[in-house]
Amino acid sequence: MSLMAGTLHVVEYNALIFRRIWRGSIAVSFFTPLFFLAAMGVGLGSLVNRGSGGVNGVPYLDFLAPGLIAAACMQTAAVEATYPILAKIMWEKTYDAALATPVTIADLIRGEVVWMTIRMFIVAAMFWIVMYLFGVGHSLESLLAIPASVLTGLAFATTTMAFTATRRNDSGFAAINRFVIIPLYLLGGTFFPIAKLPLALQALAWATPLAHGVALSRGLVLGNIGAADALLHALVPLAYFAGGLLFARALLMNRLAK
Amino acid sequence: MSVLTRRAAPLRVPTRSLHMVERNVMAYRHNWIVILSGFFEPVLYLLGIGFGLGSLVPAVSTGGHTVSYAMFVAPALMATSAMNGAVYESTSNFFYKLRYAKTFEAVIQTPIGVEDAAMGEVIWAVIRGCLYSIGFVVIMEALGLIASPWGGVLSILAALLIGFAFAALGVAITTFMRQWQDHELVTLALQPLFLFSATFFPITVYPTFLQAFVEVTPLYRSIHLIRGLTTGQIDATLLVDVLYLVLLGLAGVAVASVRLRRRLLK
Repeated sequence: MSLMAGTLHVVEYNALIFRRIWRGSIAVSFFTPLFFLAAMGVGLGSLVNRGSGGVNGVPYLDFLAPGLIAAACMQTAAVEATYPILAKIMWEKTYDAALATPVTIADLIRGEVVWMTIRMFIVAAMFWIVMYLFGVGHSLESLLAIPASVLTGLAFATTTMAFTATRRNDSGFAAINRFVIIPLYLLGGTFFPIAKLPLALQALAWATPLAHGVALSRGLVLGNIGAADALLHALVPLAYFAGGLLFARALLMNRLAK
Repeated sequence: MSVLTRRAAPLRVPTRSLHMVERNVMAYRHNWIVILSGFFEPVLYLLGIGFGLGSLVPAVSTGGHTVSYAMFVAPALMATSAMNGAVYESTSNFFYKLRYAKTFEAVIQTPIGVEDAAMGEVIWAVIRGCLYSIGFVVIMEALGLIASPWGGVLSILAALLIGFAFAALGVAITTFMRQWQDHELVTLALQPLFLFSATFFPITVYPTFLQAFVEVTPLYRSIHLIRGLTTGQIDATLLVDVLYLVLLGLAGVAVASVRLRRRLLK
């Protein structure tokens, strides 16, 4: 089977499942940013603007919204690359069934990555639309925040998939969420500048793909990022994505090959 | 007694609920790390939003007093965590036992009745929430976010009451659920409660009619109660909160018992 065909079958499988739940999923992708931007951006933002005249020279809503898009993609990846993947590996044995056809392990991995990219694209695009309705990011360049956020999510998707490939049960997933995803979400530069963290935590934050993804998305929406900075902030998530892909591939090959 | 007379019998005062609690303690014995890690989430919110973002926010005025932003947010996080713990225990976990593990089918073959089972599940959810509340109050005290020690002690009792009210509500709602996807609705309902109940900013930023609406929602009353206790503004309005939560909890237990009877006594 050609390279594309096998991958597309895996994507198609996921799309067929998604067809059953897409209404709920789209509603969540719309209401979550709506609630968050209204509460944190406008409500809490009014306190921040009164107290410090905004953040980094812009109103708090403008600071918060683009960062939250990248964070939303991270959260989507953390869900999509854990429970559903482990279910297909061992609970429902979907991969065993797929591998009994001409689909290869490499197809499975490519297909899952393409599918997660589509899911995160939906999340980021919905978020961007809500942000636009709140009056932030009215420039053509600001649309680039969508691919920047998807790239951030992909960095988490492949690395998490590699972790999932090593699991025998789901107890590690709650730990990943509580000890990695939530701390990054709350302290990784989305809600307040990383410069406000203690120095040791600042270094740690800048070693993660989220901090760079947030900086990139924010710079593109606010239109105040130079090409060199943008490149650096894109390269870090890209490196995580590539490294994660290599590990996920090796680990899944090892686990699924009979 | 025939099924029909058992179903129609008046609700009994649950006296054997602790057996249900014991069952849950035994079931969780090997999974205590899951319970322990739930404690970190509100602490991270306190550090990130209360202190990190709080460094950009001026002192907040609440009920005539002016307090630091961290002091304003911390009690709200405590109330939210009591709500979340109780709701997740009484919806997802309870649903699994009801629907898949058939735990209650087994339970009611013993002298433990349906009322005992419903109340036992609520008590277990409250105990779990209580552990988080004690941990969180210790952190708040260490960070100097509690006005008086009495307020700290009373806020733990208040968190117990919040846990009871939301656990009862959760068990009652779960008896109406048909499938896992229904839990998304719970998540979707909890999110605006979490964000708009004067958690991160005072309700004075809303227009008046919205303020009145928010004031009758359960998490707002819970946050109002704990915030009053930890910031030391103790007055009669806190009794309204207590009464509200007691009634909510009792109504939840009653609905849950009636529904469970219909489902289990066949």
